[in-house]
Amino acid sequence: MASGQESSAIKACNLTILCIYCKYSGAKVLMVGAGGIGCELLKTLALSGFQDIHIIDMDTIEVSNLNRQFLFRQSHVGQSKAKVARDAVLRFRPQISITPYHANVKDPDFNVDFFKQFNVILNGLDNLDARRHVNRLCLAAGVPLVESGTTGFLGQVTVHIKGQTECYECQPKPAPKTYPVCTITSTPSKFVHCIVWAKDLLFAKLFGDKNQDNDLNVRSNDTASSSSDHSEDVFERKKDEDIEQYGKRIFNHVFGHNIESALSNEETWKNRNKPRPIYVKDVFSDETFQQNGNVDKMAETDNNNNNLSNVSAMTYLGLKNPQEIWSLLESSRVFFAALKLFFSKRQKEVGNLSFDKDDHLAVEFVTAAANIRAASFGIPLHSLFEAKGIAGNIVHAVATTNAIIAGLIVIEAIKVLRNDANNCRMTYCLEHPARKMLLMPVEPFEPNKSCYVCSETPLLLEVNTQRAKLRDVVEKVVISKLGMNLPLITHGSSLLYEVGDDLDQDMVANYEANLEKVLSELPYAITGGTVITVEDLQQELVCNINIKHREEFDEEKEPDGMVLHGWTQQAPAAENKDTTAATNGGGATTSTTSKSAPNISEEDDDDLTILEAGIETISPSKKRKLSDLSNPEEKRAKKIPNDDIILMLDDDISKQ
Amino acid sequence: MNGEELTEQETALYDRQIRVWGVDAQRRLSKSHIFVSGLKGTAVEFCKNIVLAGVGSLTLNDDNPVTEEALAANFLIPFDENMGGGGSIAELCCDSLKDFNPMVHVSVEKGDLSSFDVDFFEKFDVVVISCCLLAAKKSVNEKCRKLSKRVAFYSVDCRYSCGEIFVDLHKYSYMKKKADETVECQLQYPSFEEAIAIPWRSLPKRVSKLYFAMRVVERFEEVERRKPGETSVDDLTNVLKLRNELCLAHSLNESQIPDSLLERLVVSPKEFPPVSAVLGGILGQEVIKAISGKGDPLKNFFFFDAVDGKGVIEDISTP
Ligand SMILES: [Zn+2]
Repeated sequence: MASGQESSAIKACNLTILCIYCKYSGAKVLMVGAGGIGCELLKTLALSGFQDIHIIDMDTIEVSNLNRQFLFRQSHVGQSKAKVARDAVLRFRPQISITPYHANVKDPDFNVDFFKQFNVILNGLDNLDARRHVNRLCLAAGVPLVESGTTGFLGQVTVHIKGQTECYECQPKPAPKTYPVCTITSTPSKFVHCIVWAKDLLFAKLFGDKNQDNDLNVRSNDTASSSSDHSEDVFERKKDEDIEQYGKRIFNHVFGHNIESALSNEETWKNRNKPRPIYVKDVFSDETFQQNGNVDKMAETDNNNNNLSNVSAMTYLGLKNPQEIWSLLESSRVFFAALKLFFSKRQKEVGNLSFDKDDHLAVEFVTAAANIRAASFGIPLHSLFEAKGIAGNIVHAVATTNAIIAGLIVIEAIKVLRNDANNCRMTYCLEHPARKMLLMPVEPFEPNKSCYVCSETPLLLEVNTQRAKLRDVVEKVVISKLGMNLPLITHGSSLLYEVGDDLDQDMVANYEANLEKVLSELPYAITGGTVITVEDLQQELVCNINIKHREEFDEEKEPDGMVLHGWTQQAPAAENKDTTAATNGGGATTSTTSKSAPNISEEDDDDLTILEAGIETISPSKKRKLSDLSNPEEKRAKKIPNDDIILMLDDDISKQ
Repeated sequence: MNGEELTEQETALYDRQIRVWGVDAQRRLSKSHIFVSGLKGTAVEFCKNIVLAGVGSLTLNDDNPVTEEALAANFLIPFDENMGGGGSIAELCCDSLKDFNPMVHVSVEKGDLSSFDVDFFEKFDVVVISCCLLAAKKSVNEKCRKLSKRVAFYSVDCRYSCGEIFVDLHKYSYMKKKADETVECQLQYPSFEEAIAIPWRSLPKRVSKLYFAMRVVERFEEVERRKPGETSVDDLTNVLKLRNELCLAHSLNESQIPDSLLERLVVSPKEFPPVSAVLGGILGQEVIKAISGKGDPLKNFFFFDAVDGKGVIEDISTP
């Protein structure tokens, strides 16, 4: 650096809070995520003069990443994102140090000591789970966190500094959308319900672990039949039953018989449109069914195709355009073709499969099955492209928003590193301007004193202690709500449950036995008034939970059979009833992909309409007046210098 | 360059963005032709975005040789002790951009920006110029407006920690959903020359101070015959003098253009990379909107200041 340049640079420093010659270039930063935001971020950090960057990402590169994760090429598909990103950036900036980790940030290696070596952590993650985990490690290590997320044209960057600003979990996060079981099994009213049924019930039953619990009606005698030999599981493929026969039997059972038996319950259909049972004979003449049968032979002849992941029912049926909506007949043909291909070409996987949005044949099968079910219930059919988005919880993403957000992350990171926390801002990237702003900075909020993560506020759990098992509490509360990775549960001084690699077998067996016990029957009984302690040693998070016994729970509104208070996650998108919104949270019964973006915009009728129209393919954000929100948000509102503000809570923010 | 339907390859590659803007918009993007002149950090960010989005073609113009400074600010040019072996910035960027998305036709157009005539611009749907002097900005904008077809004109400038985007869509109409019906909206844009000719006094009171500050520095470069962006802190005294003259002429209080803001604009010829990323992203989105006809386009100035973090739209036109 020339000395003249240096002196003017030092002068610049006094003028601006941002200076590329300042000490931050010696900072050590950790990026979590090398996806859409990550690629942009790594590039901008390198250009901005950062010298020591570490980057964690467990993912490998996929084709659909290439339109925005610009550090990756077709030839990199299948390789580690973190490593390829490093190599790509070193090509234009070879002097700097980039350390990649192809690993899960939740791995025990990335403990508090690991986090402590960094000056700031920058998140470019795509799921709530990992975000919460990193938040806790940052709090435990005392390292500032810059958090981010995007969906479509919307995005946000927030700064979290322990003791100074709210932590990532101080405010409610929209829950992954879940649906009442009966809506899925008996009374679907939207396409997303059909997708969830096809993916989580039918697909899982046919191709997944046969022993797992499943709410699909699998008995053939559920209605009136008294003959006991009919009560076998129809999904059991009989010895020597050819795949065509098997497929027909499944089809007739799930689309015909099950609907028919549901119809027999008059009460259900009083205020609903009755569904129409669909049997194979309703869709195919004998002749057309035979034609479909040829798929099998075509599949047999194509032995050159060793890449099983490329097996496609559409290809064999000559269906090309994923945007096209199949008819009932086409959907049925895809159903049979996909079923056959699974059993002929991918026999080895059957029994172990779980739905994966990148498994083309699985997407074809789920689309077909969901469409047949939709036809039955008078719900509009959808294209494979749309169905894939719903089933795979595909988050909408564009390169430009990621680039903007990455720029804003670097600006905030520099402020943090210059100890200029007072000037840190939460910034929202809006699609439609609010008070003329497309990029809107807001002062960060103070920590929420009743946050169970960054304050030590006890939680309250209402549960039926005589019915609920320890397993229910572990799964529904400790893991899914509190987001713990390696939980340890104690009651007084006695250990009830623990997870870890270093436990001896007796202990493991003991804990396993405890899991199956009802709370009040545990060796150290959990009853009303008990306080249990739940902690995660990796996250260094400890929570006390007061137990309150309660007899009854509303199956629809409280499907967990227990209610946790003092925990800040918002109720699952209750008001958000339109189908497009469901696209985002869609199929989320098993999903953990949910991020929040409270986007603040002016309350202006015009603005709102435009906002919905402009992003019609992504979730019309939920709009709530601040006054409708609970206290923490009201507190937030006061800091925003405008009375007419509404808070936009987006269901889901992007896989960057 | 494509038929009516997107190919399987396109659908797979553009999957995530089609979910945002739809197949129609993607189809229009793949038929659009973009021209970009002046390839410093911000324009390069824009090029990356628009190539990833999948435009039909991108034509690059920047005959400058690769210097150490250009190398430092440009992630498209691989590090090279030999400074790119004598290639121009446009040529080196072109090679990298082609690699980003093989479906986009990227090429180089040599020559000085001012030498291109009206007919030259007819080949394009969008013209973006960056880092050029006031006269060139006005003249390219006028050439685009002379054409019977609409050529969207954009200029983008990053002065260290601050930036400005100017948009001229001439006459632009688009469909917009309002409540349940779709209505046609019409926008009438002034040219750059028309916009900056509007007396400062008659602008709305709370116009971004950056608007005025940018005009002062732009004027300074013109009268001093500087290369675009070639200012330093040593120029501050003269820039402040010019600010006072302009404020007097426009009857604007000098405090509307603070010394500290002007100082930040002239202090370095560099573009601050995070600011380039923000400007390149906003500009990319605007160009995508204009091509696809989806969404409200920006009218007609955008400002970003890394210090206060605001990204503001200003409508500078006669009502
Ligand atoms: Zn907190």
